[in-house]
Formats: sequence, C-alpha cells, structure tokens
Amino acid sequence: MSKTYIIIPGRTSQQGVGINEGKFEETYQSEISVLQVSEEDMAELELEAGDWVRVTSEHGQIEIRVKAAKKGELPAGLLFIAYGDYSSRLMGADTHGSGMPTSKGFDVTMEKIAAPVE
Amino acid sequence: MATVTTDASQQEPELKVVEDATCTFCGCVCDDIDLTVKGHEITKAKRACVLGTAWFLNHSVDDRPSCLIKGQPASVEEGIERASQILTKSRYPLMYGLSDTTSEAQRVAVSIADWVGANLDTTTSVCHGPSGMAFQGVGEVTCSLGEVRNRGDMIIFWGANPAESHPRHFTRYSLMPKGMFVPNGRKDRTCVVIDVRKTKSANTADIFIQLKPRSDFEALWALRALAAGVELEAAQVLADTGVELAVWQDLMDRMKASRFGVFFFGMGLTMTRGKHANTEALLELTRDMNRHTRFVCKPNRGHGNVTGADNVVAWRTGYPFGVNLARGYPRFNPGEYTASDVLARQEADAAIIIASDPMANFSEPARQHLKSIPYIAFDPKETPTTRHAEVAFTVATYGINVPGTVYRMDDIPISLRPAFECHHPADLEILQRIEKRVQELIALEAPAENDNSSLRPARDLANGVAAE
Repeated sequence: MSKTYIIIPGRTSQQGVGINEGKFEETYQSEISVLQVSEEDMAELELEAGDWVRVTSEHGQIEIRVKAAKKGELPAGLLFIAYGDYSSRLMGADTHGSGMPTSKGFDVTMEKIAAPVE
Repeated sequence: MATVTTDASQQEPELKVVEDATCTFCGCVCDDIDLTVKGHEITKAKRACVLGTAWFLNHSVDDRPSCLIKGQPASVEEGIERASQILTKSRYPLMYGLSDTTSEAQRVAVSIADWVGANLDTTTSVCHGPSGMAFQGVGEVTCSLGEVRNRGDMIIFWGANPAESHPRHFTRYSLMPKGMFVPNGRKDRTCVVIDVRKTKSANTADIFIQLKPRSDFEALWALRALAAGVELEAAQVLADTGVELAVWQDLMDRMKASRFGVFFFGMGLTMTRGKHANTEALLELTRDMNRHTRFVCKPNRGHGNVTGADNVVAWRTGYPFGVNLARGYPRFNPGEYTASDVLARQEADAAIIIASDPMANFSEPARQHLKSIPYIAFDPKETPTTRHAEVAFTVATYGINVPGTVYRMDDIPISLRPAFECHHPADLEILQRIEKRVQELIALEAPAENDNSSLRPARDLANGVAAE
C-alpha cells in the first residue's frame, strides 16, 4: 500500500512571472508541472530530480516530474506544487458550503513510475 | 507624467517616462513605479518587484484579433451580439471573475448580471471568500497599510508567503519602512511567520513557527486560551499543533508586550480544512488581543483589484461575492451561489468570465462543465479559459492601457496611470455595449403589456411575468 502524504499547492514568484509571460509559455508550464519533495522523501523513494511519480488523491491522478525542495523548506511527508492545471486535477469539487474547494493540505499517495514514453 | 522626446529620426517610436504608475498585478497595488515607455512597449519599470517587472514588460499589445467566435476572427460588434444572445437566452447564466479589471468595469458587469438574472461571483470565492464569511460572523479589527507602516511593531504572517506572492509587502508596508512610531524601521519591529513549510518569507522572520499541517484552528484556539490566561496541557498542545506550549506562550507574551500588532493572513488558512472557521478563529484572537494592546488583522489579497470586486459587488448588491440575482433581488449563499459549486453541480447553462482563468484553476468537474456550455471570456492574453470560449475578447490591459480605479488590499482606492494606448477595446467599453444590447433584447422579448425596460428582474420580463 502506498504511503500517504499531504500536498500543499501554492503560489511561487516564478509562477507569477510565468502568468505575465503567458500561460502557454515555458516559464509557467515548467513551474506548474513539477512536484517538490523533501530530501527525506526523495531518499526513501529513491528519487532523483527529473524522475517521474504518480500522485493520486481522492479526486484525481497526475503523473509528474519531481525535484528536491530546498533544504529545510519541506518536512518529510509534505509535498509542494505551484498552482496550475496539475494541482487542480487533484482537487475535489466539494466546497463544504464555503465556495472554496479544499485546495491545500489534502491527502495523496505517491509512487515512483517510469518516465512516460514521448 | 513627464514626457521626453528622443532626438532620433521620425520612424523611432516616442520615448516617454510615466511617473508614479500603478502596478495592478497583486493586491499591494504599488503606485510609485516609473515606467520608461517606447511606443507600445514598456522597457523599464523602476522600483517594481520581480512580479511587477514581469507584469509591465510582458504586456505589449497582443496581436490576436480583438474578438474570436468559436476560435475564428470576428468583429467586436459580432462578438457583442453573440455574447448578448447567449446571456439573454440562458436560464441560469454565471458571471465570474472581475478581479483584474477596473472598478468602473466591475460596476457595469454587475448591472449586466442584474439584467439577465445571473449568478454573480468573483475570484474572491476561491481565495479569501472564507475570510469574507468570517468577517460577517466575527467582524474585522482593521487598519490601512499606512498605519501598519507607521505603527506596526509586531508583524505576524500566518499562512501567507508575501516574499513570493507580494514581494514589496515587506519593504513598502510591513517590515522595512521607518514609520512615525517605529523610527528605526525593521529594528523596531518583530516579525513572526507561522506556516506548515519554511517558505522564503520565513527567512525574513525573527521567529518562525512551523505548524503541523491542518492544525491552524487548534493553534489559534491555543493562543486564544493563552490570551485569556487559561492554563493548557503541554502534551495536548504539542500533539494538536506540533509546537511546544512554551513557544506559544513566548509568542503570546511578545504579542501582549507589543504596542501595535498586525496579523497578515493568506490562503494557508482559507484553503485548508476549516476554511472560514480558521479565519474566524484568527479574527476572534485579534479581537481578544485588543483587551491587552492594539491588534489588527488583514488578509493579503492576491489579484490587483480583487478588493475592488468585493467593494463594488457589495455596494451594488449588499454582498461581496456568491450572489444570485435570478429572482430580481440579491441572495447570498456561499456553497450554493459560488462559481465553483454552480459549475461542478452542472447548474449554469452559460457563463461570462471576466479577467480570470477558471479553466486553469477550478476543479476538474467544474472545468468539464464550463467547457460544455457557451461562455464569453475577457482577457488581454490567451489563457486556457479564452481557448475554450464561444466568444473571446482580447482586451486592453488595465493600468497599462486603460485608466480607472482599483482598490488596494486595505480598501484604499487608487487611480491608474496608463502607459500607452492599445487598439483592443477595454473591458468597460465592451461591457457597456453588451449591457445596452442586453436591454434591447430583453425589451424585444417581453410581451407588449409588460414592455417596461425599467422593471426587474430581467428574467421575469423575458418570461412575460410582471415583476412584483
């Protein structure tokens, strides 16, 4: 059974710069399509930067590249991804009467996979 | 505005400097930017942050057509006619967005929503909508950013990362400025960052408190207890928050000893389980602290005029977001009338999306439904939302091409100083023309005995039912 992690989608300055350059341009697309993982979790799953993982939430699944988070930024068990199409695909639609889907701090599983065939 | 003409030949575009221009990328709305403008291009944005620089330098005139219908170039007139037909024929239209346009355009947009009996929502619902609910439940002890600059000596960021989302927040408003009652600037202020991850903002803090994920509510109530002098069980607090009770007690002692404390909070509170309950806890803690010293609380707002959207929708309907106008009077109910819900439940049968990109950041069920219905989109740039729109307007950029008013995150209205003109129409112009055409279509569809265009709701008129 895959281990459970907590994922935090959030804003980054590179993502903000990318929005201004254009959402179909390289800066934005590369920023939203990489998952940041703590050093401990990278080691546990034997991951290196650029490896691929499958991330599954209660509501969706994505396949995405990983990179190590900056030292000390993420504790083990916590994942970070910049807001965008990938993070939205993991998010549920239920807003629990608030208008706001639970967009941060939800459970996912993560497993290492082979790189998709281009 | 100072204009300097170059000595170059006549073919060279005019070079000018626009002083004190306003950046509308984020809620800081910095209005001290000096722009160097060459023709239809900004070449330099003095004093702008990394986000502001990207904003100004990447908004030259887009060479796409001003209007696309089903992906094909069309005239603006054709787009206005098609948009008006979509809105008046819809049984449950959704209007959404509004946070990156002027308040003048927002005002007209609300009128259109009223005419067609739309469900009206803004991007607030998926950023600080839960904060809006909490403000209604608890109240808001607040102030302007100018007061923070001049008085704040205890600055606490909770679930917010301004180093990445509002890069000039620290230098312009909250930490670095030398103020009237904090003459030594940063040296006179204590900065605390409370977050589940050690963000870039944490590097700026004197104290960083790393919370256990999803424990904001528990931590805030622990602080409320400490503010009231209630004794807490150390092991329980550690288990609930992931932080030692002694750390919370030390923070509370510092908060009580401060002269003017400020909480800035972000979506770490509003997007995490608990949502408005988390924000309510923070607002209640702020209120509690005023028994000991002066304390205020402010949301760090994201988009350049999302605060304006709240203000305009509130002064036009009585509610800040999530408003349904189908019955001819406004009804407010987050969860029922908010865009994410209306789309995910497949209720809306048409939409008008102004200055936002739900196709990039809504849940998959909401995005799939939006894709399946006819909708109109306004944006200066091509986005996932404009790509799937039945009618897509390429509009002039507010603040760069378009004058008007925006509200800073502390509800201060600020005027825009555009840098250069653009051949694309402004949101305001298109919305005014859509409103006019919508009124004509509603009058045409109404039976003669009810043919009074001043009556509302529009839907009743269109259906031949006299408004009461």
